[in-house]
Amino acid sequence: MKALKKLMDKARPAFEPGGKLHAFRSVYDGMDTFLFTPRETSRSGVHIHDSMDSKRTMIIVILALIPCFIFGMYNTGYQHWLAAGATEFPFWEMTLYGFLAVLPTLVVAYAVGLGIEFVVAQWRKEEIQEGFLVTGILIPMICPVETPLWMIAVATAFSVIFVKEVFGGTGYNIFNVALVTRAFLFFAYPAQMSGDKVFVASGQMLGLGDKVDGLTCATPLGQIATSGATNAAELTSALTTATGEPLSLWQMFLGLIPGSFGETSTLFILVGAVILLLTGIASWRIILSVFAGGAVMALIANCFATPTYPASFLSVGQQLCLGGFAFAAVFMAPDPVTSCRTNTGKYIYGFLVGVVAIIIRTYNNGYPEGAMLSVLLMNALAPLIDYCVVEANIRRRLARTKTSAE
Amino acid sequence: MSIGIKIKKGLDLNIAGSLPEGSAGAAPCATATVALVPDDFIGLIPKMELREGDSVKAGQPLFHSKLDERLKIVSPASGTVKAVVRGERRKILRVVVEVTDGPAETFDVKNVFKNRESARALLLASGQWAMMRQRPYDIVPAADAVFRDIFVTGFDSAPLAWYRTEFSADEIADMEAAVKLLALLTDGKVYVTRREGMKLPELKGAETVDVAGPHPASNAGTAIAAVKPVNKGETVGCLDLPTLVRIGRLLRTGTLDCTTTVAVTGSEVKEPCLISTLIGAEIAPLLKGNLKEDGRHKRIISGNVLTGTAVAEDAYLRLPYRQITVIPEGDDVDEFMGWASLSPSKQSTSPSFPGHFLSKKLFSPDARLLGGRRAMIMSGQYDKVFPMDILPEYLIKAIIARDIDRMEQLGIYEVAPEDFALAEYVDTSKLELQKIVREGLDYLRKELS
Repeated sequence: MKALKKLMDKARPAFEPGGKLHAFRSVYDGMDTFLFTPRETSRSGVHIHDSMDSKRTMIIVILALIPCFIFGMYNTGYQHWLAAGATEFPFWEMTLYGFLAVLPTLVVAYAVGLGIEFVVAQWRKEEIQEGFLVTGILIPMICPVETPLWMIAVATAFSVIFVKEVFGGTGYNIFNVALVTRAFLFFAYPAQMSGDKVFVASGQMLGLGDKVDGLTCATPLGQIATSGATNAAELTSALTTATGEPLSLWQMFLGLIPGSFGETSTLFILVGAVILLLTGIASWRIILSVFAGGAVMALIANCFATPTYPASFLSVGQQLCLGGFAFAAVFMAPDPVTSCRTNTGKYIYGFLVGVVAIIIRTYNNGYPEGAMLSVLLMNALAPLIDYCVVEANIRRRLARTKTSAE
Repeated sequence: MSIGIKIKKGLDLNIAGSLPEGSAGAAPCATATVALVPDDFIGLIPKMELREGDSVKAGQPLFHSKLDERLKIVSPASGTVKAVVRGERRKILRVVVEVTDGPAETFDVKNVFKNRESARALLLASGQWAMMRQRPYDIVPAADAVFRDIFVTGFDSAPLAWYRTEFSADEIADMEAAVKLLALLTDGKVYVTRREGMKLPELKGAETVDVAGPHPASNAGTAIAAVKPVNKGETVGCLDLPTLVRIGRLLRTGTLDCTTTVAVTGSEVKEPCLISTLIGAEIAPLLKGNLKEDGRHKRIISGNVLTGTAVAEDAYLRLPYRQITVIPEGDDVDEFMGWASLSPSKQSTSPSFPGHFLSKKLFSPDARLLGGRRAMIMSGQYDKVFPMDILPEYLIKAIIARDIDRMEQLGIYEVAPEDFALAEYVDTSKLELQKIVREGLDYLRKELS
């Protein structure tokens, strides 16, 4: 490591003001602080600091996402094989296929997002911030695998610039950056972002997979919206795999269903949740209350099930396992920057995310993906919830002042 | 009847270099010079009473407050004023006194218990008023302040700190006399905090507060918040137990005893020990031959690792004159990808570090920030180590925004920078919270005066 440190130290002057490569100072800084813990020591206040920093925080979130990501690779391959009518499912080939299918999206999201981050850091003369490390992996995971790359690029650029950087960068954004990317795609290119074509990868990757174009399979929520089911039994029969087999709750939980790349498997999302909760990164208050809110609303919807809204026939378990609900509950809602900051607020915020997600999904057939919109809506309301909690604290103090004055 | 408080939110840091269990006897250490730093007496603008070369008696004023000349800062030792070191714009950085043997100033302590003004006059003249701090603002109280209550912090729960647990009957009598004097300054009560294991009886005239739980259990702010929070317009006085003992002794003998017991601690100290010396003593003799010769850059802190002041080796002991901590500076370390480290020697409150689970392990942290400064990202971190009914994140934001109304609403009058020390330690964004709070308090005081 000494040699590497020497190399970095030797390269430093070129990146400092006046150096040949000073336009890339932020890139150098980013690399240097990534490789070596900064030597900067405290100049005021406490003399020792906790070893935890924002780099580690972000990396742990990425680690928690990895199980979902790997499962997403497998599932993408599996759905392709299934839709192409295969009878054998070779594990490694399918996983590699899925990896190759998602790789371009991942590369584009990181290249565009990090590129903008580096430019902004250079322009503002700030240190490069880590926020996009997580956003960059979230974007491919919440988008359909067949989303055109240029759309990913445009949407990523839009949300990084207009949702994060204009507000001041990581820590200042109001809305979840990854979700705005998804929402931007959803509203700007609805034709390409919904329906039954985008959720299954088609075409060959490095000779893997079948050379069939236009493989189709709608997501379960998409199937429900178009099923016209009038009771629970009809609804269950409308939920099928690409080959027309009925879907069991277990399959939904495992996630071997069509859907956005990373968010189908409730099982692996829960693995991620365990990592986030054990390391104390995500707020258990939010995750728990999102699931609670979703369950309560799903139960209510199910009690008053009506043929007008076929999704209301879904059981609580199905509601929580399908679509992006679990993913949003674990990886989107607890984003510390855009969620509530007070402990009481976190319960309210989480509960409402769950409730609203199920309401949108059930009672608005046009938007089968309610979780995304619900989190974005609650992002907007989070400051209001916090405001009320903070006001309660202020009122307590005020009341105390009054009694002591009497 | 004592009041019982149990603190749940807080953090005890296990740091190497603690005193041996049951340390009590302090080895005396002479000092050639002593120095007082006006900056230690926050809120006080100094005006010199003596010049360089003047001779001075222990207890005789060196300088006083520009706003009220009754408020004196007195020399801890007899001798001659060696230097008045000034900085930019002639600001007094420190006043150095060369220590020689000589008589001490005597104070008239006969009629001090007569009324509030007589008690006040003694404390102001003997420099003990300046050893007090007040809420709000965490400053030296104004000379004419009337306190709602007075809180005496009886122990110190900061990392590696030492506090007395045994007291002689004479000392208890002294403390009771001091409490009697302090009671004259307030319409409320005098509270004395203590913790389990201290052989401190309930002092006559004072309300004893038994505090249990992790640091910041010993902070005055913690006790005040739990017993009776400070409201706008109220002033609460705070002092530590050594000062109470000093006032008591002054009442008995009529002279000021400026000896202090200093705990020399920290992972870079060979043998942590207790030393008895003078207030404002030179630091070098206290550390002589006791620093590890491991070639590492060292950070010498007068005070504890959370709230102390970093000083040079040739500097002087700073307020509250109770502790020196020496830790590695850390600017000579190249840690490869430290953010990914799974080393058990890294100290953290995060369960992602194996060290988190080693509850008995003593860590040797250095002074590095261990990360880059960021905006406030994580939520709820400060709350976990902040035992008051205050929303620290929102208060910090209000301070940064210089929003006076909001600061008042969110409880700025109840806090001191030291209350935010643990929050600053755990913060993953590495924000300078204590500095932010100090600047906020100064801003508020300036705007409202």
